[in-house]
Amino acid sequence: MAKQILLKNIEVPGLAGFDVYRRLGGYSAVEKALKGYTPDQVTDEVKKSGLKGRGGAGFPAGMKWSFIDKKSDNPRYFVCNFDESEPGTFKDRHIGQLNPHQLIEGMILGSYALGANAAYIYIRGELFYVLNIIEKAINEAYKNGFLGENILGSGYSLNLYCHPGAGAYICGEETALLESLEGKRGNPRIKPPFPAIVGLYGCPTVVNNVETIAALPWIVNNGGEAYAAIGTGASTGTKLISACGHINKPGIYEIELGLPVEEFIYSDEYCGGIRNGNSLKAVVAGGSSVPILPADLILKTAKGEPRLMSYESLAEGGFQTGTMLGSGGFIVMDHTTCIVKNLLTFARFYRHESCGQCSPCREGTGWMEKILMRIEGGQGTMKDINLLTDIAKNIEGNTICPLGDAAAWPVASAIRHFREEFEEHVKLQKCPF
Amino acid sequence: MQDKNTIAEFNAATLDLVNQIIKRYPQGRQKSALLPVLHIAQAENNGWLSADTMDYVASLLGIQPIEVYEVASFYSMFNLQPVGNCVIEVCQTGPCWLNGAEQLLAHFEKRLGIKPGETTPDGKFTLKTVECLAACGNAPVIQVGTEYHEKLTTLKADELLDKWTAENKNSHTNPYL
Repeated sequence: MAKQILLKNIEVPGLAGFDVYRRLGGYSAVEKALKGYTPDQVTDEVKKSGLKGRGGAGFPAGMKWSFIDKKSDNPRYFVCNFDESEPGTFKDRHIGQLNPHQLIEGMILGSYALGANAAYIYIRGELFYVLNIIEKAINEAYKNGFLGENILGSGYSLNLYCHPGAGAYICGEETALLESLEGKRGNPRIKPPFPAIVGLYGCPTVVNNVETIAALPWIVNNGGEAYAAIGTGASTGTKLISACGHINKPGIYEIELGLPVEEFIYSDEYCGGIRNGNSLKAVVAGGSSVPILPADLILKTAKGEPRLMSYESLAEGGFQTGTMLGSGGFIVMDHTTCIVKNLLTFARFYRHESCGQCSPCREGTGWMEKILMRIEGGQGTMKDINLLTDIAKNIEGNTICPLGDAAAWPVASAIRHFREEFEEHVKLQKCPF
Repeated sequence: MQDKNTIAEFNAATLDLVNQIIKRYPQGRQKSALLPVLHIAQAENNGWLSADTMDYVASLLGIQPIEVYEVASFYSMFNLQPVGNCVIEVCQTGPCWLNGAEQLLAHFEKRLGIKPGETTPDGKFTLKTVECLAACGNAPVIQVGTEYHEKLTTLKADELLDKWTAENKNSHTNPYL
């Protein structure tokens, strides 16, 4: 049975309301931290926990916090990245919709640790109905003294607000998010300086993902060491995996990091196997950006060891034979799937979402989409396949933000592992599916 | 294009909401309220942002109109051309495609007699394709205003279309309410 840290009470009716959340022990971490811990002690617990950023990059959260510029006279900000848009990823919505107070409690803890007196939850505009649920919960938290002036008599004050986006995947990139929060186009900033030094309104800022923040109450309540004891050592704690595609039980699962991929796909506790008894063809394990792996390489590493759901095991073999845990968006494809067509939908996505600042990404994503349309439509040539690889190489590493890499990796990996299928499209001059 | 249906200005209740939103940001940072206020303005202007509407928003926030245009044209949720009363947005990204989004879109096209980006001659429906709505576990998914409709089949799509046609569905409601 998976460790239930994030989803423990998720099915309790009325959990989105303050009273139910509180009755189940909610806000005890805020009481514990504000009464018993200095801000640095909270940061220390998070460092000890080994918690990594759950948005996709996997950067250690405690370390990110420790970069905050404490010498600056400017106010500090804590910002929640709720711009969930990575194809295959739908875990944050689950928390926001069903357990908003867990997120709010995490926001209070993070803000306290960072010394922020104002915090924002930046939520994608399409999820306005979730924003409204969270705002209602925020109002309840104010009424009950967990937000506002002098929280629990601690002398610490915090105001928390929701801010809607308006349809732009790029705003999930933290500096684009900050631009957007300032009322501008979501163009990523050149780093350094990092947000911890120059963030929102030029002030020291930390941006964390919803799932990262939602883990904070448990970590404060139980201690960083207890969290670090869960998982594989290198990958601590639990992770939400949003599983979709051709499986019998799509949904959101909380797993202890280190669970074998095979068990995750085939066990009835999780995905429940492939639909219609079909065979597994490929998996995109961490959101559309991460390299696609064929069935044999997702179930076992190139060395023949069982592949585990952990940062290090999924990355085993590098990009030649491995992939990334990413956001935990787990997209499963059965043998009826055309890899080229699936890739075309991703390529279209990245072309649509490129902000246009950097030429390699702005132009390259469009070219990749067009060439893939050509191949899928039966007009491709063998040269087109190499051209795709070339374009992907020329985007990768040559852009201000990681959207370029995110657009390049799916193309490069699909050709790496499924070249015959591209060639078959060219030879037949049509899609074989 | 003539702005046939442009809001003159927000009513008192909406202005009150806008002022509350502006207060969420530090003094002098009222530009931060641009996205939320544009959402409200679009809803009140039949689902799109005319030049006059954007100028009005600029005046409310004390910023230049160009600062509004450049933002409105960046974000895919803002329509810069008139749309139908009910905008149907069909997700077409990988996970939805794996679960029949293409067939679903074709069904909407057939039922409505229009292609994505078009509006029915009676002005009731606009059909759009959108990229990932982050509800992939319940694919295929569509969005209509602030509503998601998930695990959609052509049968369910028909039911929804019949219902929306009968009630003359308007998807442009103030998202904060």
